[in-house]
Amino acid sequence: MTDNSNLDVKDSESFRRQKSKEEMQKQLISFALMIVFTFIAFAMVATESISRMYVIPILFIMAIVQAGFQFYYFMHMKEKNHEMPATFIFGGVWAAFLTLAGLVVISWW
Amino acid sequence: MSSITATNKRGFGAFLWDYLTTVDHKKIAHLYLAGGGFFFILGGLEALVIRIQLIKPQNDFVSAGFFNEMITMHGTTMIFLAGMPILIGLMNAAMPLQIGARDVAFPFLNSLSFWLFFFGGVLLNVSFLLGGAPDAGWTSYASLAMQSPGRGVDFYIAGLQIAGAGTLMGGINFLATIITMRAPGMTYMRMPLFTWATFITSVLILFAFPPLTINLFLLMFDRMFDTAFFDVALGGNTIIYQHLFWIFGHPEVYILILPLFGLFSEVFSTFSRKRLFGYTAMVFATMLIAFLGFMVWAHHMFTVGLGPVANSIFAVGTMAIAVPTGIKIFNWILTMWGGQVTVNSAMLWALGFIPSFTIGGMTGVMLGSAVADYQYHDTYFVVAHFHYVIVGGTIFGIFSGLHYWWPKMFGRVLNETLGKVGFWFFFIGFHLTFFIQHFLGLMGMPRRYWVFLHDQGLELGNLISTIGAFAMAVGSTIFIINIVVTAVKGEKAVADPWDGRTLEWSVSSPPPYYNFEQVPLVRGLDPLWIEKMEGDGTMPPGEPLDDVHMPNGSFLPFLMGLGFFVAGFGFIYQTDYTMAYLALYGGMAFAIGCMAVRSVKDDYGYYIPKEELQKALEGEAK
Ligand code: HEM
Ligand SMILES: [Cu+2]
Repeated sequence: MTDNSNLDVKDSESFRRQKSKEEMQKQLISFALMIVFTFIAFAMVATESISRMYVIPILFIMAIVQAGFQFYYFMHMKEKNHEMPATFIFGGVWAAFLTLAGLVVISWW
Repeated sequence: MSSITATNKRGFGAFLWDYLTTVDHKKIAHLYLAGGGFFFILGGLEALVIRIQLIKPQNDFVSAGFFNEMITMHGTTMIFLAGMPILIGLMNAAMPLQIGARDVAFPFLNSLSFWLFFFGGVLLNVSFLLGGAPDAGWTSYASLAMQSPGRGVDFYIAGLQIAGAGTLMGGINFLATIITMRAPGMTYMRMPLFTWATFITSVLILFAFPPLTINLFLLMFDRMFDTAFFDVALGGNTIIYQHLFWIFGHPEVYILILPLFGLFSEVFSTFSRKRLFGYTAMVFATMLIAFLGFMVWAHHMFTVGLGPVANSIFAVGTMAIAVPTGIKIFNWILTMWGGQVTVNSAMLWALGFIPSFTIGGMTGVMLGSAVADYQYHDTYFVVAHFHYVIVGGTIFGIFSGLHYWWPKMFGRVLNETLGKVGFWFFFIGFHLTFFIQHFLGLMGMPRRYWVFLHDQGLELGNLISTIGAFAMAVGSTIFIINIVVTAVKGEKAVADPWDGRTLEWSVSSPPPYYNFEQVPLVRGLDPLWIEKMEGDGTMPPGEPLDDVHMPNGSFLPFLMGLGFFVAGFGFIYQTDYTMAYLALYGGMAFAIGCMAVRSVKDDYGYYIPKEELQKALEGEAK
């Protein structure tokens, strides 16, 4: 802020507006996508049009993509200075993964 | 002005109200220490009952049922209601000061954490008066818990659920504090080891408590709402409980020890007047222990029948943890090497810790060998192991920490003579009690049994063990006497009684309620020491003098805790009385209502004017 004294205040204000407009657009798009995803998921299961063997992996993939949207767009993880939250989220994912992998291997090996 | 003289003028009611509504991390530390200390005494008395019962063969001092309640409540109390709260108390007392912060990130949440712990602990213990305490062991394995008659186990579930929520919030609070509130110049690799340990312990809390929460919920559904997660007859699986419990349980034992690893690092370096040997290695060893700690839970279940492959993997993982632990032991010894060592009470506890904990680590590695564990499991050998690490590590550390930070927390130095006498009673008593238990275990004495028989060679060992327990009780009592003596006529503490190295020693003892008039500027590891060596011995300010924003106190956390406490009774009794729903819904509604009030009503806190801080600064300069 302080170093940009030669920058016209109005300019920076309109720049900020522009930015937040783009941001809003992205939010809306990802929100719409998530609704569509959820709809597809329900439809797939309800209509039984796809065989079980495919439905389950597709559901998993869509769930992961949705979680990604959630983290990166709604929880702003894509922005700068979010390394710590990212570390913790992936740490948690890792701990949960290890535990589940351990349990699965123990039960079915 | 010290808070004690201030309270004398204001009277007891105001004093009580102050603590009931405080959001100041230093006062919350006092609350945690008092609460944890109370439960420590309670758990200690339960231990004495256990040892009296086992003083001779076929004793009938207590009934078999009551004995089960004693072992369950002893373990649960010591781990959840004494050990962890006292540690969280020490963290509250020291960590914000060590990083140059004015409080934790969420002061309101901090007080809520305490009140949840408090009400959870009380709920657990009122079970004694209401038809019997939990009796399925501190692990409360589903196979036992589902069979346990009465409501004891329900109290265990409700009490731990409430206390656990408080702990989880505390962990998150400390993480946010350390990540966002370090003073200028306090980079991660300049943080004192105790702060590092607090940070990593909080990560463990964050990841380890959810499995416990889930497990307790499942057990609650099974016991109170007729589900069958753990009921084999209905297609459930009781082993799942054991897995979930130990996925929480093993990280939990590190939650109990890592903070003390941090504390000992500070004590050794302060009283050897030397920089900690291998700071970076210490930090990464702590991280490694935490990381590995999540991958070894099945070493508690070697005899369950997971099969040779699983057992081998977990055995190797378990033994790997001994490596970073060993690094730490060597670094502590090398910190003292060539230093100017002062042996006072805080240092005595730290010195006693090294051999004691090392023995515990060694038996740990023995237990980690899956084949050998078939022999040791569920015998007194295991009891000896975990008491060597928990008493020899956690409890020794707590005593060391109390001696070290007492002046900072309460403005008076604990009496050294009493401190040392107490130490020797406790130290000798501890080894008397638990060393012999290794051999009792190897001779086949099972843990958690009400009686042992004549003529099996177990008489002498058990007698010695009980005598040792009484020596520990004497040691603890001397510490309590020390507290009283110090409060009555202890010497007033100066700001820096130990010639310390870290930021907490740069402020008065006890610190002003805003901690720092100006947040200090940190120029390296051991910031105060650097200023003593290269500067004028005082911390340079890291910010211009300005108004300081402070949070208002609040009674809401207490009320929320109370709400959940009442709801806990509702859950426990709704199986038999419809009236209990009143308590269940009423308590929940009340607690959630308090949350709503907190969310809707804005509380902007208040400002300490610059002038007041200016005056305080001038006062210090004189
Ligand atoms: C070198 C590090 C360690 C190793 C290799 C180790 C290994 C083990 C193993 C294999 C067991 C299970 C024994 C059995 O039930 O048959 C055990 C039990 C236990 N350990 Fe450790 N341990 C270590 C450090 C610690 C520490 C630092 C603590 C706590 C501060 C701790 C607390 C406990 C407790 C409480 C139990 C008994 C749990 C129960 O069954 O009630 N251990 N340990
Ligand atoms: Cu373990």
